[in-house]
Amino acid sequence: MNEHIIKDENLVYKKPSTLLDVPMHYCPGCGHGTVHKVLMEVIEEMGIASETIGVAPVGCSVFAYNYMNVDMQQAPHGRACAFGTGIKRVMPDRYVFTYQGDGDLAAIGTGETIHAASRGENILTIFINNGIYGMTSGQMAPTTLPGMKSTTSPRGRDVETMGYPLVITNLLAQLPGVAYLTRHSVHKVANVRRLKKAIMKGFEYQKQGLGYCLIEVVTNCPSNMKMSALAANEFVEQHMLPYYPLGDIKTPEEK
Amino acid sequence: MGEIRLMKGNEALAEAMIRVGCDAYFGYPITPQSEVLEYLSEQDPMSRTGMVILQAESEVAAINMVHGAAGCGKRVITTSSSPGISLMQEGISYMAAAEIPCVIANVIRGGPGLGTIQPSQSDYFQAVKGGGHGDYKLIVLAPSTVQEMVNHVKQGFELAEKYRTPVMLLADGAIGQMMEKVELFPQIPRKKDSELPQEWATTGRGDRKLRNFITSLNIQPEKMEEINLHLQEKYRTIEANEVQYEANNLEGAEYIFTGFGMGARICNKAAELGRAKGYKIGVIRPITLYPFPVAIYNDVASKVKGIFDVEMNAGQMVEDVKLAVSGKTRVEFYGRMGGMIPSPEEILENFEKIFIK
Ligand SMILES: Cc1ncc(C[n+]2csc(CCOP(=O)(O)OP(=O)(O)O)c2C)c(N)n1
Ligand code: SF4
Repeated sequence: MNEHIIKDENLVYKKPSTLLDVPMHYCPGCGHGTVHKVLMEVIEEMGIASETIGVAPVGCSVFAYNYMNVDMQQAPHGRACAFGTGIKRVMPDRYVFTYQGDGDLAAIGTGETIHAASRGENILTIFINNGIYGMTSGQMAPTTLPGMKSTTSPRGRDVETMGYPLVITNLLAQLPGVAYLTRHSVHKVANVRRLKKAIMKGFEYQKQGLGYCLIEVVTNCPSNMKMSALAANEFVEQHMLPYYPLGDIKTPEEK
Repeated sequence: MGEIRLMKGNEALAEAMIRVGCDAYFGYPITPQSEVLEYLSEQDPMSRTGMVILQAESEVAAINMVHGAAGCGKRVITTSSSPGISLMQEGISYMAAAEIPCVIANVIRGGPGLGTIQPSQSDYFQAVKGGGHGDYKLIVLAPSTVQEMVNHVKQGFELAEKYRTPVMLLADGAIGQMMEKVELFPQIPRKKDSELPQEWATTGRGDRKLRNFITSLNIQPEKMEEINLHLQEKYRTIEANEVQYEANNLEGAEYIFTGFGMGARICNKAAELGRAKGYKIGVIRPITLYPFPVAIYNDVASKVKGIFDVEMNAGQMVEDVKLAVSGKTRVEFYGRMGGMIPSPEEILENFEKIFIK
């Protein structure tokens, strides 16, 4: 009965061809899936899938190569920006992105992140800030909010003994090698659309050789926040976004 | 005949990288091999061949840059010395697992800890027995001359690419720092992008329908065991085909002196002194530390009164010599540590003390 409406011109939603047709392992409602889709949509729309190389290090997105139909390397925990540097230096005409969690980018890999940024490596980093260690089941991340509970801060993050959250994207802003820093979320449709535009800009700037670009996505981890997906998105809005406000932090014009 | 030059070991190593058509070098300064990056920086290989050089922020970053770049099918190399090589171990294990060809040179200094900047051979175990986590092997070449530093860069890449595995050059501070005459091979052109291995490398998908991906992860134990079995099979092939050693005066020998790299050079001198005194001494020098030249030791074992192993460490290769002779002959060890180099006279004296009395 519905057959006659399944036509290209009626299509309002589809999976980009750059995403492989396999079930994802992400928990229901997790932001990773949404960001994967948006990233792959951009790569499809820009027509750059055949000349893009991605890096996904250890973290929940370690299996990104199972989903993204672009050449990919899996890096050790924290080393994605070093991989990205190595790849871009020998393949300067390819588009290179890294896709990293907060533990990866802002704890074990802080050195690699800051130095790749400082050298102005022409790569794009997608930085998933979910405030927690997803893959290893909910330990405190460098981005865990003050007072926020995790398995290694069961009474809430005590900044006196555990230190403050590292707002690394703002820290990077002062580096001359950095071209573009912007913070987004995927907890609402309008935000997803804005993220997509930002990713497009990121690749565009890379093409122009403007320097290091990083897009932070403040998102949820329903499983380890021990909340429903909706409640976790609510938590992002109410608690995470005030600490990590959305919007551009640095653009090439100010570089 | 190639070009003849008088060169320091580290500089010859660096020159060989450019000539072998390397696409990139990533490294971090550490004595006694800092001349490698200094020589490269001076030479500006980008202008000579288009080779990339980059001083990384750490050895951890350097080895992961190597992984990224070598994962694109490019010829990539790094060098360091002992503490730096320790930092690289996670990355090396990942590359062995993901079957990424590359060359890593360790110009050993004395340890443990920060130790000394003087030459040593105390990283034999680390290089030969794995070093990082998991069941893997590196092909390990042990140069004993500046000429071999050059030759092993070329051979190292050939082996790395043939077997899709990281190869380690295990040199020491003395070979890195000494000056000797070398013959340099002529410039080999860098690979064109069209020559990159499309079966596995991440070059960008190009015309391929499906992506290539590089990973060392497999959470299913059955699958992970399969990967391990595949690696082990590869190591058996390497053991069967790639053994290299040098031997002299084995004919009629009653004793064998053995050592690798710098240690073997001194052994040769000591053996000469011994032969002048009437002892029948042959010398075996493994060139590949992995695969270890098991057969030759086993072969001589039944013909000699003993094997005298000399190393600049507390006795590391000697364990492999003992395994190789499998109890068939007496194996004794003499070594110096912490950056001390034994003299030929000292070696002979200790040989006499142990074997002749
Ligand atoms: C060297 C090393 N240390 C620790 C780990 C364990 N580990 C894996 S993922 C991870 C944290 C992941 O958190 P994050 O980077 O924030 O990514 P997420 O899973 O939340 O997406 C840790 C600690 C590892 N794999 N390697
Ligand atoms: S553990 Fe968290 S970050 Fe990982 S897939 Fe599940 S919800 Fe997403």
